[in-house]
Amino acid sequence: MIESIDTSLIDWSRAQFAMTAMYHWIFVPLTLGLAVVMGIMETLYYKTGKEFWKKTAMFWMKLFGINFAIGVATGLILEFEFGTNWSNYSWFVGDIFGAPLAIEGILAFFMEATFIAVMFFGWGKVSKRFHLASTWLTGLGATISAWWILVANAWMQHPVGMEFNPDTVRNEMVDFWAVATSPVAVNKFFHTVLSGWVLGAIFVVGISCWYLLKKRNHEFALASIKIGAIFGLVASLLSAWTGDGSGYQIAQTQPMKLAAVEGLYEGGTNVGLVGIGMLNPEKKTYDDGKDPFLFCIEIPSMLSFLAERDVDGYVPGIANIIEGGYEMKDGTKALSAAEKIERGKTAIGALAAYRAAKSAGHEEDAQVAYKVLQENIPYFGYGYIKDVNQLVPNVPLNFYAFRIMVILGGYFILFFIVVLFFIYKKDLSKMRWMHWIALLTIPLGYIAGQAGWVVAECGRQPWAIRDMLPTSVAISKLDVSSVQITFFIFLFLFTVMLIAGAGIMVKAIKKGPETGNNVTINH
Amino acid sequence: MKNTLLSIWNFYLEGFRSMTLGRTLWIIILLKLFVMFFILKLFFFPDFLGNHPTDADKGNYVGNELIQRALPEKSIDF
Repeated sequence: MIESIDTSLIDWSRAQFAMTAMYHWIFVPLTLGLAVVMGIMETLYYKTGKEFWKKTAMFWMKLFGINFAIGVATGLILEFEFGTNWSNYSWFVGDIFGAPLAIEGILAFFMEATFIAVMFFGWGKVSKRFHLASTWLTGLGATISAWWILVANAWMQHPVGMEFNPDTVRNEMVDFWAVATSPVAVNKFFHTVLSGWVLGAIFVVGISCWYLLKKRNHEFALASIKIGAIFGLVASLLSAWTGDGSGYQIAQTQPMKLAAVEGLYEGGTNVGLVGIGMLNPEKKTYDDGKDPFLFCIEIPSMLSFLAERDVDGYVPGIANIIEGGYEMKDGTKALSAAEKIERGKTAIGALAAYRAAKSAGHEEDAQVAYKVLQENIPYFGYGYIKDVNQLVPNVPLNFYAFRIMVILGGYFILFFIVVLFFIYKKDLSKMRWMHWIALLTIPLGYIAGQAGWVVAECGRQPWAIRDMLPTSVAISKLDVSSVQITFFIFLFLFTVMLIAGAGIMVKAIKKGPETGNNVTINH
Repeated sequence: MKNTLLSIWNFYLEGFRSMTLGRTLWIIILLKLFVMFFILKLFFFPDFLGNHPTDADKGNYVGNELIQRALPEKSIDF
């Protein structure tokens, strides 16, 4: 029973997975971003034949290689955790999760292993055209890998294209394309990859400004800043656009996440978007009568417009979702959480009856139970919910993480515009204060990306798979102590690797790109 | 065909031989993979369902878990 699962086991398992995923996400966005930057640099070398662009491309490739080496395979630890800590989940998702991850693994291995070798070893050994193609294909391989990972993640947020098989207790894929091209996956992919591009651009501009601060590699730094800032501005604007698309998808498929992100307890039409606000820490439950905000400034009707593309659009709040009764888009009345819980229990009871009947060889009884299961399967996960308040994600965490991401996203657009203005209209090389701002913007790029994932994953709670499997049921029955031990082992290993990686990266940056024609990624 | 394979082999061999920073990075990668697969995976991350030999056994175990965690009174050993 659910009470027999120690809540600290759930917390430690979640903490361990979050730490691993966040550590992995330190490296992935920079890989995605630098892949494009070095591709652009090498394309300029290919077009102009100037040795300067070759050296510039090689320098960013070197940093790409360091980041890639430290980050590569850290994602595999997540797969270990699936098998050990999240065994119920791993079995329950069946081939839905397995297929995209298998494709990702094969693609990552063959594309990246082949073309990354040509990119690093192939200078002067293969044609310029083939080398350039290899550089772009290395980035493309990493991006396609990201696609399949995000398809798997999007399915957890919005499960589609599958049927639950009560005989195997697994979900089976019935429509590959529904899974692979779900609107949630498409938006998530573009928004996530573009956020990686933004980080790559911030990194290039920031590191280049460090050279200006140190009064060295002047030409290289200014050229890199120009390309980085243009690339970053385009990526930031596209990221804002796809972020809007992601927000729309959340409104359509995960209204509770949207309500938590906005601190919206009572919904309605013409709902405003909270621009600036501070949540009331005294508010603990949706129906405790306390005001959700100590103060807030809203943009009138904006949330309705963003969520429904209509200023008069109806956006349900946390209380509305729990109490139900509002009219859905298809004209039906929304079920209350209590009704969903009852239907979930009916579904689980039907699964038990089906399996018992099958076990006893009572085929007719099994078919009756199967029909009941199918009628109630959309609410299967609600059968595990003991208290409707469990359905509400952590509102402060989501509210503030979302605002950190959005505010930083807006700052990045402004940052790139200002950098471009100074580099084209003024002498950026003499603006030390701007160099410092650019350098200090690098960690902000990482914070924005991590905040985005906090919203994506914590906003999904209590679900591992939305409406189907709560996190508390997805976990394996392990000793809490074993999860704690592995948590601290990871913390130690990740810290050591991060320090080692940062040390190598700093050393390579200090060495700089000025090593003449002899510089290669291998030397 | 033989020449092509030989060229590819030589390409990789020369590439690896000429590495300096790359060598350090490869040591880190290999060390990391060793720790992951031969220490973490082996001693700390066993396949939790591994002691259920067949898929049917695994399905039965997870099925029972899913039922028990919601409806303990329906606990059945299938």
